[in-house]
Amino acid sequence: MSDSPSKTTSLYDEHVRLGAKLVPFGGWLMPVLYTGIVDEHHAVRNAVGMFDISHMGQFIVAGGPAGKWLDRMLTNNIAKLEPGSGQYTFLLNESGGIIDDLIAYRIGAAEYLLVVNASKIDEDFAWLERQRPAEVTMRNRSDQFSAVAIQGPRVLELFHALLGAEAQPPARNRVGDFRFEDHTITLARTGYTGEDGFEVFFPSEIAGGFWNRVLQAGAPLGIKPCGLGARDTLRLEMCFPLNGSDLSPESNPIEAGLGFFVDLTKGDFIGRDVLAETKATGAKKRLVAFKMNGKSPPPRAHYGVLMNGERIGETTSGSLAPSLNIGIGMAYVSAPDAKPGAAIEIEIRGQKFPATIEKKPLYKKP
Amino acid sequence: MNVPDDLLYTDSHEWIKREGENVRVGITDHAQAELTDVVYVELPKLGASAEARAQIAVVESVKAASDIYAPVKGTVVEANKALDSNPALINTDPFGEGWIFVLKLENKDDLKQLKDAAAYRQAIG
Repeated sequence: MSDSPSKTTSLYDEHVRLGAKLVPFGGWLMPVLYTGIVDEHHAVRNAVGMFDISHMGQFIVAGGPAGKWLDRMLTNNIAKLEPGSGQYTFLLNESGGIIDDLIAYRIGAAEYLLVVNASKIDEDFAWLERQRPAEVTMRNRSDQFSAVAIQGPRVLELFHALLGAEAQPPARNRVGDFRFEDHTITLARTGYTGEDGFEVFFPSEIAGGFWNRVLQAGAPLGIKPCGLGARDTLRLEMCFPLNGSDLSPESNPIEAGLGFFVDLTKGDFIGRDVLAETKATGAKKRLVAFKMNGKSPPPRAHYGVLMNGERIGETTSGSLAPSLNIGIGMAYVSAPDAKPGAAIEIEIRGQKFPATIEKKPLYKKP
Repeated sequence: MNVPDDLLYTDSHEWIKREGENVRVGITDHAQAELTDVVYVELPKLGASAEARAQIAVVESVKAASDIYAPVKGTVVEANKALDSNPALINTDPFGEGWIFVLKLENKDDLKQLKDAAAYRQAIG
């Protein structure tokens, strides 16, 4: 972390009032937990939880050729996006390395909302701005807009409690505008937990009011405010990557096992040649999920991965999985060794603990 | 935060209970509240000797691994095996069943380096 003081979101006062433990994350002071990571994790798996994700960046890209331009900047197929829908995609550098992973929503005929990682806001914006044609406008609205993720199996009950019995929730990966009190809020049916849920975007001046209204409406459903700690354990059980840990400019989406979000047939985009070559010749390393075979210290990032005593890679994420009650993680390993079912060992403080490479996701709803 | 008067404390949030020639050691209520959800404890080996302030055990929460230090120079004579199956004892009973290890004290003067309850209370605000 740099020495520059962390920024706070428009929900900072609510976090303090709720007794959150706040930590620096991507240049922001964010709640890591309120009552406890495990407790909050289970609230999302079994009821519903709400996360402050206002630190994430929001760019609005608009203008006639906006879609065509974004298709040259991003890996997934923007042209296939219908108005009111979104897709997971990557922003790559010239060598195919990952600058950021983001969700692009088409919110109008020629208007797009890009939701990017907090620590990458300035870098992404500068990168895109350098290549933006004059006919396309791009605005960074991150400082004026806030966002929360509301996630869990009881989220639809909460949706209707908030927005009325007749309100129609957007379908999976779709996005829509709703009236909340006297304001327009945008709801996207997406998330980072493996549960049904929404990410909700709204002007920062209503952040506190909206947050408290959701907590109030969710109280009968068992809602809990949730911090970045539970966000991390939930996403890791689903093997959703975290930029800066599992993704970086040193890896490309094919190596990360996320080729599904890369369209090599759509025409040229930045990084395409390298990805096409990786696909043709085969990746040298692969991001795999693994599960510890038994009791062990929780795996964490930067532990060695061994197979038959030989080092084959390094972990990028790890934790105790609250829903599986065992240590899990992700690691880049040499591609020939990246086979589900393969026996590996994780080296933790000089000791080797047996683990197994597993199919993704590690957690499946019972 | 609970800070019992009859214990001694370190800046690194261990508590120390004098038991004749030995000291029993754990982490404080304040430390367990900061760590939250302890899920694994790496206990010291019996017979191991440690210098004062040397790393001797590891307490891992869901989020992070934290080193535990020997508060005084000594030899490990007991380790709390109950933490192997129930590491959360550190959260639920940090000054009781959540104790971590017992050291045979080498030099009684080492205890003079430790904080009393009033000084520790002040240190954690």
